[in-house]
Amino acid sequence: MTSVLGTAGTAIVARDLRRSFGSTQALRGVSLAVPAGTVLGVLGPNGAGKTTLIRILATLLAPDGGQALVAGHDVVRESFAVRSRIGLTGQYAALDEQLSGRENLRLIGRLYHLGERRARARADELLALVDLEEAAGRSVGTYSGGMRRRVDIAAGLVAAPAVLFLDEPTTGLDPRSRIDVWNVIEGLVRDGTTLLLTTQHLEEADRLADSIAVMDSGRIIAEGTPEALKRQVGGDVLELRLRDRSSAAAAAAALQPLAAGPPREEDGILAVPLHGAEGAVVEAVRRLDAAGVGVIDLGVRRPTLDDVFLTLTGQPAEAEEYVA
Amino acid sequence: MTAAPAPAPAVRPPGGLARMAWGLYDAGALTWRNLLRILRNPAYLLTEVVVQPILFTVLFAYVFGGAIHIPGASYIDFLMPGIFVQTITFGSMNTAVALAEDLQKGLMDRFRSLPIAFWSVPVARVLADVLIDVVGLVLMVAVAYLIGFRFHGGAAAAVTVALLLLLYGLAMACLGTLIGMALRTVTVVQVAGFLAIFPITFASSTFVPVSTMPWWLRAVAGHTPVTAVVDVMRHLTLGAAATGADLAAALAWMLGILVVTIPAATYFFRTGR
Repeated sequence: MTSVLGTAGTAIVARDLRRSFGSTQALRGVSLAVPAGTVLGVLGPNGAGKTTLIRILATLLAPDGGQALVAGHDVVRESFAVRSRIGLTGQYAALDEQLSGRENLRLIGRLYHLGERRARARADELLALVDLEEAAGRSVGTYSGGMRRRVDIAAGLVAAPAVLFLDEPTTGLDPRSRIDVWNVIEGLVRDGTTLLLTTQHLEEADRLADSIAVMDSGRIIAEGTPEALKRQVGGDVLELRLRDRSSAAAAAAALQPLAAGPPREEDGILAVPLHGAEGAVVEAVRRLDAAGVGVIDLGVRRPTLDDVFLTLTGQPAEAEEYVA
Repeated sequence: MTAAPAPAPAVRPPGGLARMAWGLYDAGALTWRNLLRILRNPAYLLTEVVVQPILFTVLFAYVFGGAIHIPGASYIDFLMPGIFVQTITFGSMNTAVALAEDLQKGLMDRFRSLPIAFWSVPVARVLADVLIDVVGLVLMVAVAYLIGFRFHGGAAAAVTVALLLLLYGLAMACLGTLIGMALRTVTVVQVAGFLAIFPITFASSTFVPVSTMPWWLRAVAGHTPVTAVVDVMRHLTLGAAATGADLAAALAWMLGILVVTIPAATYFFRTGR
């Protein structure tokens, strides 16, 4: 290996990756390192550059500048070696709808040159893994969104890749299908697959990733374990709907000892970042009652991508123009 | 549940014939997929592969046949080389649409993320579509024969016609591949195809002699690949000796199309633009 980036035990290393489309700078210098056997969640809104990053790391797109090694090989100069060591599952289920789930997976197996017998055996193994044995013979066109996504993830696993890329694996899925997909991904994580997944949901990154990189406008603006990130964001948020909106200041004052940061009000709902969720609701109710503040409704919710962005950039996550 | 450790992919040979064989295996697997996809789609199979060639043959033979008199030949004998070429030319749009579909559905990204020979995807597209052309041509010849078409050349002329049709099918499939890779979306491909393929097919010697057209149209229609290929095949099927110049013009068009489209389509595929 000729690169200065190469580090034993690191599955993905990127340094200062840049890429523009016309006048749009999709990546403005992204650097990251993913240790082998760990999961990096890349969190960001539409247009942050997540898909561009994955496409460069998966050798589909050449960077304008910077360098990246995946599974020990340079994504530009040794793209073929990279391709035989990765699996990619893009944002849209990349399957042939006229073919059955089994036929799709066998085709991928053949294209990895597993040999006919092993391609067939591997397809059946993976269909069992993603719990699709019953639908295996039906054409993918008849599958639900969640089923497609599971076959699509299986297609990324055919050659037991050293590194797996999942681009927004649960976007567009209903809550039940999302949990099915999470279960599949958690199984992979237990088996030690190195995974880079992108998501727009903090909850998803929190559940699946060992470490999270927050992307905004082509840059990584924060990086760390989910715990560290949530600590930075302020953890859980107490939301209350006040009987009288003019009592917001009184409520904020009453809740001051519980608050990890300044409260904000939107559409008559007061949101207070909490130090910790334990006992917070009871304590809040007691304090509000003592202060004589009337509350219609109150609850604790997990921080969202919006909270992360508000904390990190002072602005809500903005859905920018989508960049492929 | 945990899957058994999967087999690692085979290691690609460093070069030479073994490496070529690796790519041909990829192309074979993908061609199989392309054909299976067509076989699974009865509507497409019926309209594009079976009904359309037969419909055009019968329709044009009987609708125009009574009105158009070709000196020294029956209209069906005059028409059939034109219908062969028209069917293949229209087929190039099916090639382009199929590729645009793969691009839009993300399948192209998946293929490009695999350790396959980068040329195997376009080659598989072309192979499958030329095979479909052959099926359509065999059907057309059979139907045309039933309604009076006869081949007036010798065996050598027949073989030449078959080879010319194959070469034209190859050129049109490569053109379709380039159009699909360049335009990338199904609707754009369809509009562009309609605007380009329709005029070039009809403003030609496909259905009527170019000499019957007004001078300005003749100036264009007399110099298209469609006219060049139709003319040389018409000479051969009518039993007239094809001139070397006619054959050279047809071959030049087809080889020219191949020389331009293959590198361009390969470029689009390799760079993922």
